[in-house]
Amino acid sequence: MVRQTLDHTTSSQTRESSAHSATAEAPYSKATFSKEHLLLDELKGIALKVRRDIVEMTAQAESGHPGGSLSAVEILTTLYCRVMRHDPSNPHWQERDRFILSKAHACPVLYALLAHCGYFPREELRTFRKINSRLQGHAHIKTPGVEMSGGSLGQGLSFGIGAALAARLDGRDSRVYVLLGDGECDEGQIWEAAMAAPHYKLDNLVAIVDRNGLQNDRSTREAMDTEPLADKWRSFRWHTIEIEGHSFPAILEALEEAKTVKGKPTAIIARTVKGKGVSFMENNPEWHGKAPNKEQLEQALRELAG
Amino acid sequence: MTTAASTRETYGKTLLELGRENPDIVVLGGDLNKSTFIHLFAQEFPKRFFDMGPAEQNMMSIAAGLASSGKTAFASTFAVFGSGRPYDQIRIGISQPHLNVKIVVTHAGITAGDDGMSAQSIEDLALMCALPGFTVIVPADAPETARAVREAAATYGPFYIRLSRSATPVVHQNDYSFQIGKAEQLRDGPDATIIACGIMVKAALDASESLAQEGIRCRVLNMATLQPVDAEAIATAARETGAIVTAEEHLRHGGLGSIVAQVLGEHCPVPLEMVALDRYAESGRAEQLLEKYGLTAEKVAAAVRRAVGRKARPSGKGRPSSRRR
Ligand SMILES: Cc1ncc(C[n+]2csc(CCOP(=O)(O)OP(=O)(O)O)c2C)c(N)n1
Repeated sequence: MVRQTLDHTTSSQTRESSAHSATAEAPYSKATFSKEHLLLDELKGIALKVRRDIVEMTAQAESGHPGGSLSAVEILTTLYCRVMRHDPSNPHWQERDRFILSKAHACPVLYALLAHCGYFPREELRTFRKINSRLQGHAHIKTPGVEMSGGSLGQGLSFGIGAALAARLDGRDSRVYVLLGDGECDEGQIWEAAMAAPHYKLDNLVAIVDRNGLQNDRSTREAMDTEPLADKWRSFRWHTIEIEGHSFPAILEALEEAKTVKGKPTAIIARTVKGKGVSFMENNPEWHGKAPNKEQLEQALRELAG
Repeated sequence: MTTAASTRETYGKTLLELGRENPDIVVLGGDLNKSTFIHLFAQEFPKRFFDMGPAEQNMMSIAAGLASSGKTAFASTFAVFGSGRPYDQIRIGISQPHLNVKIVVTHAGITAGDDGMSAQSIEDLALMCALPGFTVIVPADAPETARAVREAAATYGPFYIRLSRSATPVVHQNDYSFQIGKAEQLRDGPDATIIACGIMVKAALDASESLAQEGIRCRVLNMATLQPVDAEAIATAARETGAIVTAEEHLRHGGLGSIVAQVLGEHCPVPLEMVALDRYAESGRAEQLLEKYGLTAEKVAAAVRRAVGRKARPSGKGRPSSRRR
């Protein structure tokens, strides 16, 4: 499938007509940044900044998970800056779309985007993992904008089902996006949830698998081979799309396609590179849960200078 | 003669009433919906009822997701499948973010009976009381179950309510007013206090009656809320009666006895005897198991005699007067 062009006109209109028109009080206009007109270059610029934040946060904390944060940068940037309906000045706005970080160790990428959107001051990123901080080592709901407390793999898709069921009961058109790790897919509960979401015909639910091919110790192929992964989701009756997970046009197109699918949830298998953007971290499982030291940080920032 | 009534059936009926009163109540089940009586809710409110099949981890996390979007989520299954099996999901997904999920379990303890030890949850109170902020309630009978379920629905936060399989002797009037975190004094006497929860409340009352004939007069406290526990009632009982006996259908470790021991140690050490389980049981009928594993009025009475006997000994350490503030 060709996913080359960034057709933001179409995607904006889809959003406008499907969901946004229902609420005349546009939260978009309330937000301090203009999501509607972000072009590809701007998204790329945000992604670079987010990557710098990730390496700086983990370096400053002297711990944390840079690898699986860097692999998900384009996915979260697209969601927060282009696709999701949300209002940073009102994190509990009931009509919002929800993003659920099931692989909660990758919270640096989430914090960087929440700060970018204005959920909390950027300076707060420096407090990541430190005492008295709102930015916990694994995502926790005390951080404005964080939907789910996590840290134990395998639970976020089920939580997302709960949020999607609640939206349907309330007659809200909120959509729910859940980011899973490919290593996380070893957890049995993922497949309990994978079975339940199509059973309840949750077409307001999207699971995105960050298919970076690595987990904590080594590759998913060596640790627990989950292939053929897309076939598994298909056989569980999900509308399944495979994409290049660092391509904004591909991510956007898949997310827009998901909005048109009726009667079943969508799974997006996003092929990514763990550690993406920092040469020495790329495809190296060592950087799953290790922070860069001073020299490594400097090199990373040089590579991410943009 | 005391009558007996099913606490789980009372739960199902109460939940149905609550469903009619509050459209934000949703119910999740794990393929044991008739046994837990939540099928009554499911029949009337199919849209607000979610059958998860036997997939309790999924069920607890979905309940968390529903609660985080403003629903009051009741999740019900057997005690073993609603505590230990999905414990991590409860801990991280419900307890740590303090969500409005009510876990109401049935078939708790050895009275689950002939299904054997795998089905007899005797560690669940230890697990659930280890979760900060979780309210843990073990109702004594059907009227208390109805009140506790209503209170849980009306009170924000995570709850664990533990019910039985078999019909439970009724010790309360229907207009009984239950208060979360408050012990209920059922009898008074100066010689010792029996603190009980769940099905052991009736055993405590029976024990106090037989002891009265020997001249030992007991206070009896129904401690339905294990967490947050009524520490004041425990300390006052220790000061005023000088000896405590606990009675519960749970292991000695981590349940009512442990909680009372902690309060006594901190506030007013007095002789303490525990009537509780110390090992896994086996298949059998409920009454047979209670008899064989020592959860009877006779065992409670014997424990009171031991405690009163220890009180008389001048060992010093256990004297309430020496530790009075
Ligand atoms: C239940 C549970 N088991 C183990 C861990 C420890 N752990 C944290 S991340 C991780 C590997 C996850 O791999 P993946 O989902 O592929 O994450 P990514 O590579 O995208 O960072 C493990 C085993 C955990 N957090 N939770």
